[in-house]
Amino acid sequence: MSQRPSLTFRLDPQSGLAPYRQLVDQVRHAVRTGLLRDGDQLPSVRDVVTQITINPNTVHRAYRELEHQGIAEGRAGLGTFITLHLSVAPDATEHGTFEQALHDLVINARRAGIDEETIRELMRTALRQNGNVRS
Amino acid sequence: MIEETAVLEAVNLGKRYRRTWGLQECTLTIPKGRVAALVGPNGSGKSTLLRMAAGLQEPSAGTLRVLGKSPSPGADDLRERVGYLDQDRPLYKSFRVAEMLRFGEMNNPTWNMDVAKNHLALLDIPLRSRVSNLSGGQQAQVALTLCLAKQPELLLLDEPAAALDPVAREDLLRLLMRQVADSESSVVLSTHALSDVAAICDYVVVLAHARVVLSNDTEYIVETHRILSIVGDGDLALPPGITVIHEQRSARGRSLLVRVELPFNDDRWRVDRPTLEEIVMAYLRKGSPHRDGRDVDETESGAR
Repeated sequence: MSQRPSLTFRLDPQSGLAPYRQLVDQVRHAVRTGLLRDGDQLPSVRDVVTQITINPNTVHRAYRELEHQGIAEGRAGLGTFITLHLSVAPDATEHGTFEQALHDLVINARRAGIDEETIRELMRTALRQNGNVRS
Repeated sequence: MIEETAVLEAVNLGKRYRRTWGLQECTLTIPKGRVAALVGPNGSGKSTLLRMAAGLQEPSAGTLRVLGKSPSPGADDLRERVGYLDQDRPLYKSFRVAEMLRFGEMNNPTWNMDVAKNHLALLDIPLRSRVSNLSGGQQAQVALTLCLAKQPELLLLDEPAAALDPVAREDLLRLLMRQVADSESSVVLSTHALSDVAAICDYVVVLAHARVVLSNDTEYIVETHRILSIVGDGDLALPPGITVIHEQRSARGRSLLVRVELPFNDDRWRVDRPTLEEIVMAYLRKGSPHRDGRDVDETESGAR
């Protein structure tokens, strides 16, 4: 069995996103960045509720959603494991390119004297204007 | 529709204290397996509802069913299946913790001593300590542990984490969540801490002035509310299907917390997702009751 990954969940009460979605996003992010790999075991529900203050139903819900998305798979009596099929395999290059572009944008914005709050606001607006595209 | 079984079902439930109503026209259904929060100001009826559910007070009106049965002081079966923790966390102050556990064991046929001891060990509370020597946080943890060790199907907790420091509060809530994970107990708790609600509760009941003003799954609540804001154009009418819960106007524009039944597509408005806390606050500020005691509200789009 593969080793347990060092994934630590956190909840942001200000995000306005349902807690289960936040967990789903964090797993997806961990997969994209390579922190989680094919065959890795997700923390057990009991581990998660010991680690952060969260309703176990929320964790179940998040794991079911990950299964539904084809990113994870529940194995009876064992736990939930990352299963990466090709269709959902992260495009690491594309992700990296975007991250670099964003990085450059932030540097340029700061040079132009745009403060952090304004950057966030512009980012939010851009995301909003491009529809409610869900990951 | 086939619903999951309800742990608590109230229809037009009311409780009258002499001239005033402690709870009025309360209709709600809390499904099994949830961690439900009762939120609302002091005197809004949270404790009244919990005490009636625990069979400690008789309703003055309407019906109440807990785990499918009518709660009453004589309902022995429910006494074992339901754990109730009073606001005052009754403990015998001169007892040692171990003695409290034995007392619990003698009085509860469903008692699980391993559960009790494990919880206390995790919390670093020594069994030989006297209750009176424990901190307020530890006393709250012991009181909750006694309640959990009964292994009830339904936990009714009246402000279990009130007056605790942030660390003790976290420990207490995690203790509770571990129990929910292990035993699949349902929980109905009252609280003033909206941040706790967002973290651990998947069902929310908002009470104001002895009435239920909102009651639903947290996820549904979060998905059906939005903050709409607009600069200028103060009299722009809202499209149909939108219910205003709370509105703030300034000389420069308007900001509204609304319930939306349909996807909202109107570029003139800026649309944001409110947090659960913001939604609950909006209902509490509004505080106006709805006739059927379920959802608010009677204000039609834009007309406020």
